[in-house]
Amino acid sequence: MNTTLRIAGYEMKDVVRGKWLLFYGAFFLLLTEGLFRFGGEGSRVILSLVNLVLLLVPLVGVLFGTVYLYGAREFNELLLAQPVSRRQMFGGLYLGLSLPLAGALLAGVGIPFAIRGSLDGGDAAVLLVLLGCGVALTFIFVALAFLIALRITDRMRGLGGALLLWLAFAVLYDGAILVGVSLLAEYPLEKPLLLMVLLNPVDLARILLLLNLDVAALMGYTGASLQRFFGNATGLLVTGAALALWTVVPLLAGARLFVRKDF
Amino acid sequence: MIREASPVIPEDASSAREAAPMIRVQGLRKSFGRREVLKGVDLRIPRGRITTLVGPNASGKTTLIKTVLGLVRPDGGTVEVGGHVLNGDWRYRERIGYMAQDAPLPDNLTAAELFRMMGDLRRAKKDGRRGPPRERAEDPGPSTREPTSPDPVLLEAFGLAPELHKPLRTLSGGTRQKVNAVLALLFDPDLLILDEPTAGLDPLASGILKARILRERAAGKTVLITSHILPEVEELAEDVAFLLEGTVRFAGSVPDLLRKTGQERLERAVADLMRTDTGALLEGGDLPGPMEGGHPLGPDEPRRRRDPGASP
Repeated sequence: MNTTLRIAGYEMKDVVRGKWLLFYGAFFLLLTEGLFRFGGEGSRVILSLVNLVLLLVPLVGVLFGTVYLYGAREFNELLLAQPVSRRQMFGGLYLGLSLPLAGALLAGVGIPFAIRGSLDGGDAAVLLVLLGCGVALTFIFVALAFLIALRITDRMRGLGGALLLWLAFAVLYDGAILVGVSLLAEYPLEKPLLLMVLLNPVDLARILLLLNLDVAALMGYTGASLQRFFGNATGLLVTGAALALWTVVPLLAGARLFVRKDF
Repeated sequence: MIREASPVIPEDASSAREAAPMIRVQGLRKSFGRREVLKGVDLRIPRGRITTLVGPNASGKTTLIKTVLGLVRPDGGTVEVGGHVLNGDWRYRERIGYMAQDAPLPDNLTAAELFRMMGDLRRAKKDGRRGPPRERAEDPGPSTREPTSPDPVLLEAFGLAPELHKPLRTLSGGTRQKVNAVLALLFDPDLLILDEPTAGLDPLASGILKARILRERAAGKTVLITSHILPEVEELAEDVAFLLEGTVRFAGSVPDLLRKTGQERLERAVADLMRTDTGALLEGGDLPGPMEGGHPLGPDEPRRRRDPGASP
């Protein structure tokens, strides 16, 4: 663990000094600040941020993650020729990228809110859920990106795969669910729908956020059943566990690939 | 993964260790997909000598080196480094200094940070895990400097001092290669593996590095070098291992090689070996004229043919 953190520290330094991370953080900062100036109060700013976070965080995570791993391939070889284990190295690379990305998001969105100070209790809770979901999505999609970059040797195909993955989770999946629901409108769908939601981390985050935004009432019967599920302690536990699994499973699969890989 | 483990040379039998080679490769096979890169490599790299690994592109040199470093997992056969049979463990690498090809360094770190990073990686081991290899205790080594700070003499000779705190991405190729060289020599390793060490270095820096390698050799270190440009390493090479199409075709001392081929220069002798192997050699080693016309490197890779005589 010690070595993992040391590697992560230096990788972080490398990432933080790169201009892309700066762009990413600055984008959220300007966006949030802009929403405050034009939109006004906190709850509306949060509402506007929700969809952008849900779209952009996975996209940046998966693209940044693949580009980063491909770009550092030769240097990683040099590091692996040092007395470090591959697991430690993998952990260091992962933390070294996902922590700065999460930090940039937190700073970009958090600073404008912090400057304005007062948020009423409900809004503060929603903001926390939003930031929590953003951080979770960062960890999940960087892990998925590493999995892709280790699976696919060719850089361009890997980037294509990363884009496809994002498109599938962030856009296509919802479309498919909508079509399914409208086709099977006659049937009781709460349970299958619940399962479908758990199978997509972006949807999971979206549902969590929507329920906290008190617009669940607009989602009718299904919304009510979702609210009943996600609103109680079990639901929260299941959601948290699902997000954790979405991080851990790709990460372990990636570590396995990394340990067996020929560099 | 290594399947059949051969008997290990006991580490405490110091007399046996002296005789044992630093690197022993037996029946090493490796394929990437359908491409068979190493087809049963047998090789012994003796201790305390400078061995040059030569061979045309795609002959398996890099794969062989990467296998020794544990970067590539063999399909079959065994690799032994300093008596340790490679099995996925990383501790043996504490004794290896590696200079990778083309100075693959991170963009945004500085050389000083990179040196510290490499030092931290090794120190973390010594704090946390089981201590350094046992051999260290018996043999304190010639170095008295802090084991993780760059050699001031080499930094001075390379004129690296003003470059230490600039991002590595802003340095020239030659300067990066100098940093790369300092990196390999950072820990006073028993085994130096240098992949194209002089590539990209100006004659002055190249001379400094070569003098340094000879000094390491005099201090009892084992050195393994690959190079395409044989005149560059001719003054260093004591032993030669010639790799072609995934097997070792010649391994022995430079005088042996010269005698065998009847040549006076290493480069000619190696070119001679290539000819012998592709069946194009006239018997008796009487080679017609200079080789710059391009010798056959094998029917399957006409594109990879390169000029063997870069400069005399």
